[in-house]
Amino acid sequence: MIRKLTLSVLAAMALSSGAALAAEGGHVEDYAFSFEGPFGSYDQNQLRRGLKVYTEVCSACHGMKFVPLRTLSAPGGPGYTDAQVRAYAQQFQVLDEQTGEYRPAKPTDHFPPSNMESAPDLSLMAKARAGFHGPYGTGISQLVNGMGGPEYIASILTGYTGETKVEAGTTFYENTAFPSGWIAMPPPLMGDDVEYDDGHATDLHHEAQDVSAFLMWAAEPKMMARKQAGFVGVGFLVLLSVLLYLTNKRIWAPIKGKRNQA
Amino acid sequence: MSGIPHDHYEPKSGFEKWLHRRLPIAGLLYDTLMIPTPKNLNWMWIWGIVLTFCLVLQIATGIALAMHYTPHVDMAFASVEHIMRNVNAGWALRYMHSNGASLFFVAVYLHIFRGLYYGSYKSPREVTWIIGMLIYLAMMATAFMGYVLPWGQMSFWGATVITGLFGAIPLIGEPIQTWLLGGPAVDNATLNRFFSLHYLLPFVIAALVAVHIWAFHSTGNNNPTGVEVRRGSKAEAQKDTVSFWPYFVMKDLFALALILAVFFAIVGFMPNYLGHPDNYIEANPLATPAHIVPEWYFLPFYAILRAFTADVWAVQFASFITFGIVNAKFFGVLAMFGSILVMALAPWLDTSSVRSGRYRPMFKWWFALLVVDFVVLMWCGGQTPNELVAWISLIAAAYWFAYFLIILPLLGVIEKPLAQPATIEDDFNAHYGKGGDGAGTAAQSTPAE
Repeated sequence: MIRKLTLSVLAAMALSSGAALAAEGGHVEDYAFSFEGPFGSYDQNQLRRGLKVYTEVCSACHGMKFVPLRTLSAPGGPGYTDAQVRAYAQQFQVLDEQTGEYRPAKPTDHFPPSNMESAPDLSLMAKARAGFHGPYGTGISQLVNGMGGPEYIASILTGYTGETKVEAGTTFYENTAFPSGWIAMPPPLMGDDVEYDDGHATDLHHEAQDVSAFLMWAAEPKMMARKQAGFVGVGFLVLLSVLLYLTNKRIWAPIKGKRNQA
Repeated sequence: MSGIPHDHYEPKSGFEKWLHRRLPIAGLLYDTLMIPTPKNLNWMWIWGIVLTFCLVLQIATGIALAMHYTPHVDMAFASVEHIMRNVNAGWALRYMHSNGASLFFVAVYLHIFRGLYYGSYKSPREVTWIIGMLIYLAMMATAFMGYVLPWGQMSFWGATVITGLFGAIPLIGEPIQTWLLGGPAVDNATLNRFFSLHYLLPFVIAALVAVHIWAFHSTGNNNPTGVEVRRGSKAEAQKDTVSFWPYFVMKDLFALALILAVFFAIVGFMPNYLGHPDNYIEANPLATPAHIVPEWYFLPFYAILRAFTADVWAVQFASFITFGIVNAKFFGVLAMFGSILVMALAPWLDTSSVRSGRYRPMFKWWFALLVVDFVVLMWCGGQTPNELVAWISLIAAAYWFAYFLIILPLLGVIEKPLAQPATIEDDFNAHYGKGGDGAGTAAQSTPAE
């Protein structure tokens, strides 16, 4: 009875967490990213390629106002040197709060905010969207596949069908991944939009996945440290559990009549 | 402290005697730790320790988080990102705090349902039960206000919806809502007072926890048989009990370590699983999210709130006899608070003379159905309302009330309970064989239930 109860409540927890996201919108492809699962880690080269796509394409409209430029050299990220970050930062113009004038960005500045009101900030986009839902509002899919944020971004970037419609003076583009099916953002990537420094293929799907991986890092820059801490924490606690189990057994043995049995 | 006869603290050294005459604090600690505890407690009796740990964890991480958080509508969201990106181990503090709330509620629900199954609420433990319900209410208020602080979309719109409930109260509702919010809508004043109260309430909870523990230390613990510890003499009591230290401290710590291993796996590998993606979007009063959903632990009661729509006959009847004062919205609010109230009244609604569900053949099934009902309500609370969900919610909500208001009172009359063991010792020996006092028969070493 009690075991049943425990299981049901734990199941309920799993059930309801994703239940919120019952609206199962467009089709999100389950891409395999290197950082998935407890053992996954960011692919430094992929993050660098994604940064290039972000810089040359996305940043024309979108911003990342919560991401400090200096974190590009932080451990577990794209891993640039301080000098490289300084050089990279200079291409952005930021508003200096002291002088009230625009100047080239320094590593201590953040990425500039969005240029357009209608273009959402991308700092947290990979955590602010869930690609996977259900089934039946149970959240099991998210438990198995992850939240699906980067998958959602990559699916949006590759989900354009080429159809357009005009509504109230705004052009909408048909997109198989977008929940309503029609998105206001024009197709940002066509394939071969950038030239990668590492000579990697630049077709649409590679570019989309690279920038999605980069945005996941932008949203969760401490993921590597977090997983490492997870292993240390779980490992330590499992060891402690074993020791406490043995202690508990030993203490209770005389009470439970073990002493007579031996 | 306890009504169960046992050895009390005797100051030995000169200093102990000196201190004991002035402040008997060592005696208080000794009597609390050495309290005689029924030796047949099973693994469902570990949640109290888990809950105590959760409270300490939440206060400790919360105090550190408050050092870096800024309660202002323009800066709150950015300050949370500052914690996640710049503060040393800030991400760990925040993920432990947000997932700690979930662990807190998992533990409290298991703790409450354990109490409901083994009749821990029954005489003479009604006060313990009522204090427990107050703790649960304070926990809900604290968790709700804490969820508003990151100032994401769900924070803002959740606060708007929940405080809107108070607006449903006739006549005085809107002034109350304005008073709670500090203005006509959720804004900076709301965020500031929620931060203040979110910091205050955990200490109120801590005080209530002390009273909760005091109360059940006065009556003694319940146990899986529901049979009371014999209190005729110390020797008799000792046959039914062991001291809390070290026996249950070690058992509880083992369980806690195991649970924390799972907790750290969630914090380390899937810290956002129990959260809502929309809360990573900064609050925007001009853009309503597609679905406003509370955190998972509020879903069963949210489902009850939504279950009573204007086309339910009970709602129409209530509206008719009150000349429209009780409309569907107000009815829903009453139902939601009522669902917790009927639970709090369980000690007086349950008429059975048998405490533990173990010896109540009919009760067992109705209780199992209540657990299923709770899960179903939780599922309903997370769904976008449609006709099917509305029907399931209504039936599930009705069962919740029927369990407390009809089934518990009736069962005591019609049910034929099974034979209970005469003493806790009998029950324990039936499981483990006799203890180490020499008379040992062959013991089966089945672990506790």
